[in-house]
Amino acid sequence: MAGSILQDTLIYLGSALVFVPIAKKLGIGSVLGYILAGIAIGPFVLGFVGKEGEDVMHTAEFGVVMMLFLIGLELNPQAFWKMRRTITGLGGLQVLGTIALLFPVFLLGMDFSWQASLTLAMAFAMSSTAIVLQTLKEKGWDRTASGRASFAILLFQDIAVIPILAILPLLGRQLVVTENHSGGGVAAWLSANPSLAIALAVGFVFIISRFLIGPFLRMIARTHMRELFTASALFFVTGVAWIMQYAGLSAALGAFMAGVLLANSEYRHELESDIEPFKGLLLGVFFTAVGSTINFHAIAAQPVTFALAVPLILLLKGVVLFLCGRFFGVRGEQGWLLAILLSQIGEFAFVLLASAVPLGILDKEQGDVFMAVITCTMIVSPVLLFLHEKFLSRRFRHAEPDPEYAVNPDEHQHVIIAGFGHFGSTLGRFLRANGVEATILDNDSDRVTLLRKMGFTVHYGDATRLELLEAAGAGKAHILVSAIDSPEKNLALQETVHKHFPHLEIYMRARNRMDAYEFIDRGVNHIYRESTHASLEMGIDVLGALGHRKYTVRRKASEFIKRDEAALFRLARTRHDKETYISSVREEIEAQEELLKADSQFRENRPDNAWDKNLLRG
Amino acid sequence: MQSRRIAVLLFHPRFENSEANLALYEAALASEGVTCRDMYELYPDFQVDIETEKVCMMEHDVIIWQHPFYWYNCPPLMKQWIDLVLEYGWAYGKDGNKLEGKYIMNALSSGGTFEIYRRDGRNRFTYRELLSPFDQTAFLCKMKYLPPFVVPGANRITPEELEKFAAHYKEILAFLRDPERDLDSLDKVEYFNQLTPQSQWQEAYCKTR
Repeated sequence: MAGSILQDTLIYLGSALVFVPIAKKLGIGSVLGYILAGIAIGPFVLGFVGKEGEDVMHTAEFGVVMMLFLIGLELNPQAFWKMRRTITGLGGLQVLGTIALLFPVFLLGMDFSWQASLTLAMAFAMSSTAIVLQTLKEKGWDRTASGRASFAILLFQDIAVIPILAILPLLGRQLVVTENHSGGGVAAWLSANPSLAIALAVGFVFIISRFLIGPFLRMIARTHMRELFTASALFFVTGVAWIMQYAGLSAALGAFMAGVLLANSEYRHELESDIEPFKGLLLGVFFTAVGSTINFHAIAAQPVTFALAVPLILLLKGVVLFLCGRFFGVRGEQGWLLAILLSQIGEFAFVLLASAVPLGILDKEQGDVFMAVITCTMIVSPVLLFLHEKFLSRRFRHAEPDPEYAVNPDEHQHVIIAGFGHFGSTLGRFLRANGVEATILDNDSDRVTLLRKMGFTVHYGDATRLELLEAAGAGKAHILVSAIDSPEKNLALQETVHKHFPHLEIYMRARNRMDAYEFIDRGVNHIYRESTHASLEMGIDVLGALGHRKYTVRRKASEFIKRDEAALFRLARTRHDKETYISSVREEIEAQEELLKADSQFRENRPDNAWDKNLLRG
Repeated sequence: MQSRRIAVLLFHPRFENSEANLALYEAALASEGVTCRDMYELYPDFQVDIETEKVCMMEHDVIIWQHPFYWYNCPPLMKQWIDLVLEYGWAYGKDGNKLEGKYIMNALSSGGTFEIYRRDGRNRFTYRELLSPFDQTAFLCKMKYLPPFVVPGANRITPEELEKFAAHYKEILAFLRDPERDLDSLDKVEYFNQLTPQSQWQEAYCKTR
């Protein structure tokens, strides 16, 4: 049943809305929820979508590209360079080991030709970047030992797809005439010199990411139009993916590279928060499409092959992963986790099998069965993970915590400063002078540029947006300083933080007493009124100029602040008892009167006895 | 009989670099029924809250001033505290008897040693002599001044030695807390240091029934 775009959108989004919350509630992760939604709407259950699911799947694969871009953003070039050994070593070992183990199984155990066996072994060595990274992010495992190892392996696999795709035609029995996409003279020349094309594309992406995109985004940011910024971000990622694909490289790899190159940019967090929702949505659609394309007829036709293949492949892949992890120091619970995390077959296997069938390496029925096997391992892996969490990891819970598994506290700052105007920057300088670095968010692009030149790590973006806060590490920080100029924005920020990051202590800048009341009503405890300290400092000097002793006056000022704070919290509570029609101006005057009254009462009742020798005479 | 209530008031302007006072303070924190207050953390601006401090004094039977012995004296916040809290008409003078019968002592860390703090030593005076202003302050406020506890040579002390001092301090705190102990008979003792740790020194100070 093929429908209009609107209808398809309704079906995909609707099924996700039904199944994903259920999956979440059951604790089995969103990936499985999407896949189940896909099965439900697919041709074998409700039949809302038909064969076009495959097209949807290929389109939605772009979500994987975006995901790799986002991962690249989190990893600056230095960090990436540090990982190079793990990527080639651990990744290479996993891919080669899996191929070496699976090849004889297909060749001898299942009686395939050596070409078909090799193709299947190579395809099944892949794990699902989309599933694993989504899971890592969701569970917050991305900085654990197994998380880092998974990432290294996946990255190697994504790179390995390219040579594997190149080998496939050599294994084919039928020679397929490659399409000649010679449009113009340059394109034809480039496709004749693939290595040059690759070098050009990589160089191009490097130059754009390193030198051009920064000034370009700055210009866009100055227009103060959010949607333009989002459009630029999407344009950039799509463009990089296209260039790389055109040059015969993996789009995902290109996006990853662009991400790494932009990891030190001031627009990092903003790019992240712009791309994130698209990525999430596309991946959701991708998993749903995967579910909808499971061919149950093919499974029914060869039930034995199917029933044997799925557990066997999961087991063999898991064993290889466990051993590879062990060899690279991922032990104990983390080793098990790594084995389970990556045991499924990835989305690239779809691509590899899809190209193997027309080459005559596999026939159509075998292709369909193994496509179903791939999907099935994808479904089983979240289930295994769920079981692991429920039962297996319990056994390790009482073991001594290994420091290597601990989340590195340096990777996120403890303090986030929102708003880096005069107020925020003074605070930020003071913190830095005492060796405390903060993640700084500001939405004035000129100021961001200037401050970055002065060596501050400032990120461009509207701090009241949930995605930006998330990207800035609000989930892991302890303190959020809200120092935005506009009180409305500070209020909005407080609301977002209160709702989504209740563990964050908010230190709130308040313009005046009235703003402070608002914050007190909302349960903020650390409130700093801009005027209080500066005006009292001035008061000390004025009294000093009139001949008062400075130390005595300073003691009085401290006393004054303490009482004023107390009065602030007291009046915040009582002001609601008044009739609501009192205008805010009236309200303020009344509050001032009460304060003055309290001041005079204090003077009468609390004489200052300190260092007063008159008492001794009396 | 009720246990004596003990308050340790720690005065250290650079506590983060302290070793001896940290060890003692941790021993106090780990002791049962001891209120520990880090005064420089409470009053970083020297604005000692007189009311709060008076309430604290009233709620405890034994007050311990724990501090480094800077320039043969206490750190400035402690002097500020004495100046502000021990008010005329409350702690001393006319009707000033609110602290009557309470015990007070100094627990201090010192760069020098007992050998240096001697008539013929480099510092010419003993710790006890130099601490006499505190002794007299206690006397004026009708409090009983307990023998001081000194961690000498605190700049060069080894972790093992420090551990022994901390254990001794803990012993002293438990002793002070015990209502069966007669603190008044301690006036023969010059320093708590003289009461050998881990011996049965406490037995000598039992109340006669």
